[in-house]
Amino acid sequence: MNEEFQFKDYRRESRLFNRRALVAGIGVVLALLTIFGRLLYLQVLRHDHFTTLAQDNRVKLIPLPPTRGLIYDRAGRLLAYNRPAFNLEIVPEKAGDVEGTLERLARLIELRPTDIERFQRLRKQHRRFESIPIKLDISDEEAALFAVNQHQFPGVSIRARLTRTYPLGATLSHVLGYVGRISIQDLKRIDPSNYAGTTYIGKIGVERAYEEVLHGQVGFQQVEVNALGKTVRVLNETPPRPGKSLRLHLDSRLQKVALEAFGDYTGAAVALDPRNGGVLALVSKPGFDPNPFVEGISSRDYQALRTNPDKPLFNRALKGAYPPGSTIKPFMGLAGLELGVITPQTRRYCPGFFQLPGREHKYRDWKKGGHGMTDLDKAITQSCDVFFYQLAHETGIDRLQQYLAQFRFGERTGIDLLGEQRGIRPSREWKRKRYNQVWFPGETVIVGIGQGSFQATPLQLAAATVAIANGGHYFEPRLVAELIDESTGKRTPVPTKDHPIPMINEADWQEIRKAMIHVIEDPHGTARRIRSDRYRIAGKTGTAQVFSVAQDAEYNEEEVARHMRDHALFIAYAPVEDPRIAVAVIVENGGHGGATAAPIAKKIMDAWLLPLLETSKNQPPMGEHSP
Amino acid sequence: MSHATASSSGLPPSEPARPRGALARLHLDLPLLSGLLALCAFGLVVLYSASGQDLAQVERQAMRLAIAFGVLFALSQVHPHTLRRWSPWLYLAGILMLALVLVMGAVGKGAQRWLDLGFMRFQPSELVKLATPMMIAWYLSGRSLPPNWKQLLVSLALIALPVVLIARQPDLGTAILVASSGLFVLFLAGMSWRLIFGLLLSAAAAAPVLWHFMRDYQRKRVLTFMNPESDPLGAGYHIIQSKIAIGSGGLYGKGWLNGTQSQLEFLPERHTDFIFAVLGEEFGLVGAGILLLLYLFVILRGLQIASQAQDSYSRLLAGALVLVFFVYLFVNTGMVSGLLPVVGVPLPLVSYGGTSLVTLMAGFGMLMSIHTHRKLLPK
Repeated sequence: MNEEFQFKDYRRESRLFNRRALVAGIGVVLALLTIFGRLLYLQVLRHDHFTTLAQDNRVKLIPLPPTRGLIYDRAGRLLAYNRPAFNLEIVPEKAGDVEGTLERLARLIELRPTDIERFQRLRKQHRRFESIPIKLDISDEEAALFAVNQHQFPGVSIRARLTRTYPLGATLSHVLGYVGRISIQDLKRIDPSNYAGTTYIGKIGVERAYEEVLHGQVGFQQVEVNALGKTVRVLNETPPRPGKSLRLHLDSRLQKVALEAFGDYTGAAVALDPRNGGVLALVSKPGFDPNPFVEGISSRDYQALRTNPDKPLFNRALKGAYPPGSTIKPFMGLAGLELGVITPQTRRYCPGFFQLPGREHKYRDWKKGGHGMTDLDKAITQSCDVFFYQLAHETGIDRLQQYLAQFRFGERTGIDLLGEQRGIRPSREWKRKRYNQVWFPGETVIVGIGQGSFQATPLQLAAATVAIANGGHYFEPRLVAELIDESTGKRTPVPTKDHPIPMINEADWQEIRKAMIHVIEDPHGTARRIRSDRYRIAGKTGTAQVFSVAQDAEYNEEEVARHMRDHALFIAYAPVEDPRIAVAVIVENGGHGGATAAPIAKKIMDAWLLPLLETSKNQPPMGEHSP
Repeated sequence: MSHATASSSGLPPSEPARPRGALARLHLDLPLLSGLLALCAFGLVVLYSASGQDLAQVERQAMRLAIAFGVLFALSQVHPHTLRRWSPWLYLAGILMLALVLVMGAVGKGAQRWLDLGFMRFQPSELVKLATPMMIAWYLSGRSLPPNWKQLLVSLALIALPVVLIARQPDLGTAILVASSGLFVLFLAGMSWRLIFGLLLSAAAAAPVLWHFMRDYQRKRVLTFMNPESDPLGAGYHIIQSKIAIGSGGLYGKGWLNGTQSQLEFLPERHTDFIFAVLGEEFGLVGAGILLLLYLFVILRGLQIASQAQDSYSRLLAGALVLVFFVYLFVNTGMVSGLLPVVGVPLPLVSYGGTSLVTLMAGFGMLMSIHTHRKLLPK
């Protein structure tokens, strides 16, 4: 067959073409069936799956963070509030090249090394897609400069924030504590969804203890967004419930007075209301300014605080465990009376030392020549050690520690703050647990004057003094008096908790109170110099050894370096007829309690009671105090 | 022997030898025209939604459609013999312009697809989409079918020349369309099955070798196609969003203008290459099925026209044009539904844009010319 003939075979070519066209047609139908099958799979079989994905795409929940509650003192003075501030912030996940962005930003707006350092530190512990401040409190000029150049800085924006501010600074650092940015560690103790959108969380102090109350409940806005994340419309909204405000028992004016009363000394003072355990003042000196902690303190400043030998970050009132020294004597005496070991008439001879029967060792009195014949009243007034050595020995450690347990020595007071120390109430059981050793009778003797392993915090001493003052009501100390709902004005009191101490014989308690009055009013009383002609004070001085004096060695205050000197202690309450304030003061390296600690306590009591006495002149007798 | 077959497969007496009526006198084919009009109308409805309810955009597209139908009408008046005569010259002109575009692109340092003619911009690759099948059909129809080895090699070279030029622009989508248009002519001309399978097998065998020579970013593109979720913010984003749009549409769709994926701009290129996803989301499986049926109708009618054509050139050209139309459809819907990799091919007659529209309508104009210029009686 030649080519000419083939070319003319029209019908054969047509048949060939038709066969191929048929194959193509079948191919087309099969291909379109494949596409249809794919659609069937996507739109019918997996419809629910893709519907969920489409919904996730379009609906976003935007958290509406609640406004943090405020903190007032008892007179309504503002102690912590939220100040609006404009910060330059960056979301690293949106910015992409963070370092480059910072570099370019620095050409536009001055960034100090501290700004960069804070940013890098916050960045390390930041939550994903959280906005981190680069520069705080930017000026109007800087804001304008940035606004015109914003398009060059993806992920960077100016954000108005409510920044927590503490106007009184260091005065209240150990009470209020501070808030800080939420760290990864914080996330473990909170419900992250309630903190979506929240920047700060209470780190220590009242801010931490009342975090739940202050924070409030997060609100949500359900919005429809487009692919650029821009809100198209609001679908529905649950408004946030702002945190409740707190009103403290504390009086910020009294707090300032107490702090200033210390002068150059370090130490702690706690003033409580004997009627309910409310904390009127709580001082740990030195304090620190909590404000830099809110946005993250620079590591240099933090290091300086940490290495400061005066330990400004250490809350002595709550965590400082000191030997109570002679301030324990009223409680020892009460134990002796109530347990029937002694009576008010029991007299002992004090030669200036005490010896256990059949032992050589001399337990010395602070007064070299001794106090001579001494009863309980004289033993407290003049702080005779020998009387209490013998009393402790006769009572025995078991009964003694059992009785002291009622004043919650060695236990937490139950104050509404975290991190409180228990101190040590020595006992056989404690010693076995701690050292796995048996108890020696000599240790009981030392416990009698609040030395040895005995340790108590200033807060414990103040709370125990309250119970003496009010006749056996051990109130858990409370900083916060009431919660205030700012929107409704509704006030909810924070309940006090009383741990009553059973009173076996009321006269025993009267005897102790009388002796404590003599400490101030007796011509030989160890705190006679703080006697007031405006109101009557009951108290007890104490001295806690910082280092042991060798047997028979002389202790010369003048020769010992200041940081080796004894701590001075003083507990007191006033007025004795109707106690309104109970105070415990510890002056570190202050020497004798009567000389340094008692005058500080006097200043605190004056500041509290003198204005009260003024007002009660018009409305006698002393009415309910509400400044 | 050939005589007997000829008489049995002659045109049936019942079929009208020459179409009648006003449309026929205008050289238009009513079923094909109706199918095309229905597709375009459906397309405009979807476009209104896909454009974000931008009426101006819909009007512009309607204008383009009008122009495209004008081109269809004009070409349907041209006799197939004339088309056949033009074929080699059009092909030659197309190749020259492609070369020119490449040279100018090299000067302009970037992808260059346009020729600026002063009064309008012209895309030579569109001309080549028509000229390549015309050229192959012209070349093969002058010889006896099926083509022999020598003719096959010549044809493959004629196809490869424009494909390589276009691929270097680079425009992978158009290169595929042009290559398939030429290959369909070869297929319809009766190229032996053994050769077809041989070519397919050698292509499959070459794939691993090709992989070996691919650059990293090219491999990544292939891998993204295999598993789009591996790069949800990058290349995979288109496919993921498009699948979500279609899948969430369900059986009946979310309703016109109510697609969240489309209206809230999660779907990229929603009014151009990904418009099928808008349709799937708002009209559901039912709407997409209706669209596919319309396309199927147009394609089958086109194949019927091809099989009724009276000479090899017309048959081969008509069949190839229809099958290229199908390739548009398959590549686009396959891509949007996640069956095929992302290649820039629009949904024919529906996607926003004018260039491919005019080319496609010109092709359908040729189809109508072929159908309406048949001789009254078989020779």
